[in-house]
Amino acid sequence: MSAPQSLSLQASDFELFDLPEQFQLDATALTQRWKALQAQTHPDKYVAADAASKRLAMQWSVRVNEAYQRLRQPITRGAYLATLLGHPVNAEDNTAMPAAFLMQQMEWREALDEAQGDVNGLTQLADDTNAAKKTYLQLAELAFDTDKDIPRAVGAIRALMFIERFLKDVNQQLDALTP
Amino acid sequence: MALLQISEPGQSPDPHQRRIAVGIDLGTTHSLVASVRNGIAECLPDTVGRVILPSVVRYTGEGSGRQIGFDALTGQAADPANTISSVKRLMGRVRSDVHDVDNLPYTVLDTPGMASIDTCLGPKTPVEVSAELLATLRFRAEDSFDDDLFGAVITVPAYFDDAQRQATKDAAQLAGINVLRLINEPTAAAIAYGLDQASEGVFAVYDLGGGTFDISILRLSEGVFEVLATGGDSALGGDDYDRALAHLALQKAFADKAPVPESLSGEDKANLYAAARRCKEALSADGTHEATISCPLDVGDCQATITRSAFAVATDHLTQRTLQAVRRALRDAGLEKSDIEGVVMVGGSTRMPVVRDAVANLFGQDPLTNLNPDEVVALGAAIQANQLAGNNTGDALLLLDVIPLSLGIETMGGLVERIVPRNSTIPTARAQDFTTFKDGQTALALHVVQGERDLVTDCRSLARFELRGIPPMAAGVARIRVSLTVDADGMLQVDAVETNSGVQAHIDVKPSYGLSDDQIADMLRDSYATAEADIKARAVVEARVDAERMILATQSALNADGDLLSDADRATIDTHMAAVEAAKTSDDAAHIEAVTKALATVTEPFAAARMNRGITQALAGKNLNAV
Repeated sequence: MSAPQSLSLQASDFELFDLPEQFQLDATALTQRWKALQAQTHPDKYVAADAASKRLAMQWSVRVNEAYQRLRQPITRGAYLATLLGHPVNAEDNTAMPAAFLMQQMEWREALDEAQGDVNGLTQLADDTNAAKKTYLQLAELAFDTDKDIPRAVGAIRALMFIERFLKDVNQQLDALTP
Repeated sequence: MALLQISEPGQSPDPHQRRIAVGIDLGTTHSLVASVRNGIAECLPDTVGRVILPSVVRYTGEGSGRQIGFDALTGQAADPANTISSVKRLMGRVRSDVHDVDNLPYTVLDTPGMASIDTCLGPKTPVEVSAELLATLRFRAEDSFDDDLFGAVITVPAYFDDAQRQATKDAAQLAGINVLRLINEPTAAAIAYGLDQASEGVFAVYDLGGGTFDISILRLSEGVFEVLATGGDSALGGDDYDRALAHLALQKAFADKAPVPESLSGEDKANLYAAARRCKEALSADGTHEATISCPLDVGDCQATITRSAFAVATDHLTQRTLQAVRRALRDAGLEKSDIEGVVMVGGSTRMPVVRDAVANLFGQDPLTNLNPDEVVALGAAIQANQLAGNNTGDALLLLDVIPLSLGIETMGGLVERIVPRNSTIPTARAQDFTTFKDGQTALALHVVQGERDLVTDCRSLARFELRGIPPMAAGVARIRVSLTVDADGMLQVDAVETNSGVQAHIDVKPSYGLSDDQIADMLRDSYATAEADIKARAVVEARVDAERMILATQSALNADGDLLSDADRATIDTHMAAVEAAKTSDDAAHIEAVTKALATVTEPFAAARMNRGITQALAGKNLNAV
């Protein structure tokens, strides 16, 4: 592995972790490098150091954690990668989705209403949603890394954002039933 | 990895240069101080060999005006109104926040910013009371080493919020202690445990103290302690078990006519709770299935026999609350119970069989209890303090801890926009954009809250401030970027900037909640910690300490990475170092500060170059200990 010559706080998340700029990710390498970078930058290492080193350590440690958090989660990683490649996701401004996907969403929402208080029903729904999530993750990877079709990848990421929000609602109800 | 490495001869820091660093467990029921000596972490005893300091302060108005620890405990029954125990429950809290406040044997006042306690020496804040305990431990450490303290790592419950952490730091400042770091109690326990057992894998630390409960899930691997999730309840502990037992005893002794504890006198309450605690401890002994409680009260004697099973039933709601927090932490970590390699029990309250059984039952394995649950937190803090002070020349350990509670900003309609989610690794910074909702609006009120609920009223209010001077614009045009930064102590700082105009606001969260800087300054002036000290002499001493620190830091940086400097830059730094060295003996604090600052300025580019080298080497897979 070749290390970059010099890094600034403005380096991209991928550059900072010396990982290829793509959607598919080596999670083990990510975590290993996160720990190696924190071993160098964490403020605990600079308690007895001068003020300039302390300030730099805080900035770098925050930056390393930010990049790690973003790369670790496929949805934030995808959105970040799309922005780097010139196709920002703009989730708030642009909520148009394919009709079929919206229909699917409505069916899930209805299923969630029906499954109120029913652990088995909710678990089934969580499983179905997780399966859909997996499918869209594969679609995103294919579009990003193989076909280099970034607009299509962005569509998959936006679908994943919807799915994630729905999954959160399902899990919240499950949590309420299994204290 | 090597555990607590003992320095080879010749490598070891000069004994006079070795920095005295301690770990302090400031507990609800008792407090301890520990330090690493000859490579071994141990709790420091008082003059008669006791390591535990009961977290009790009694204000007497005679002699020194106060009794601390065992002496205060002895006087508690006779003078409950002036004897402050469990003060940790009041840290960073206003009166209305404190659970069961009317049941305390002393009077809690509704003072602004933070509750205080009415004593014969006037109102005392929880910060002042805690400072008495911390100062006692500081003097114990300084007596043990016959040297000044360099600094301390102080432990706090993982579930402490920003106000509670700030109150703890304020107390340390008042006691004249340099806080190297606040670390979370379960994390400290994991350090002591993990290093002791050389463990690897995912562990749960279940920490039930006198007044707080924490659960942390950590991954231990190759000297890295990574907290995956944490949870708990900062107002749930052994005290609550005592109260439940006291209730039960009253029911049994007086049947239908049972007085409620609220109606008892302060003295009766203190006696009854002490009796309940003794009964609880008796019930926790091996092979004991029942114990008696006997306590004279104004309304007659409270006499009852309590069985283990009756105690378990009466306290089940408390135990269940801890298990709920455990399940949530597991979900947050994305783990199943079966992923947990071992469960470490911390805190005196985990001696209760009802608690051990419940935890064993939940995880399907016996919890680990081979380290003294009272001492393990202080020992872990001592190991970390030794490392932070730069005394440990062996393998470095790395702590990656998390923020326990989400941070957010109030939005329209009293809802919370979450900005930093709970269990984010610290230090961390997150930003979110907000906008104006009226045409020509020139100010924006910001309200920072901490908690998991969606409504502002259900969360803890941390800070309110206003960003003023926004140029008038149409509604929704202004872009106000609010940044929340959480440092390695878990403390929050807030910045806001309107990005079109550059109008800025910055606050350290402290002023709006807890004690103001002025209040702290007043207390410092009044406190015995500085009473005799001449302010000027103190300033010179502090300037010298800073100068010495700067020289040591620069020298160690030069030794490690001097090759990064050109000859000219090296010469500049050497000249400034010599100037600081010369100024050190001066009695002019301002002069010492000025040359120290000049050295700091010329070394800034060097610090940046070193950081860059460290990062590059980290990525190249090398493991250099640059600092």
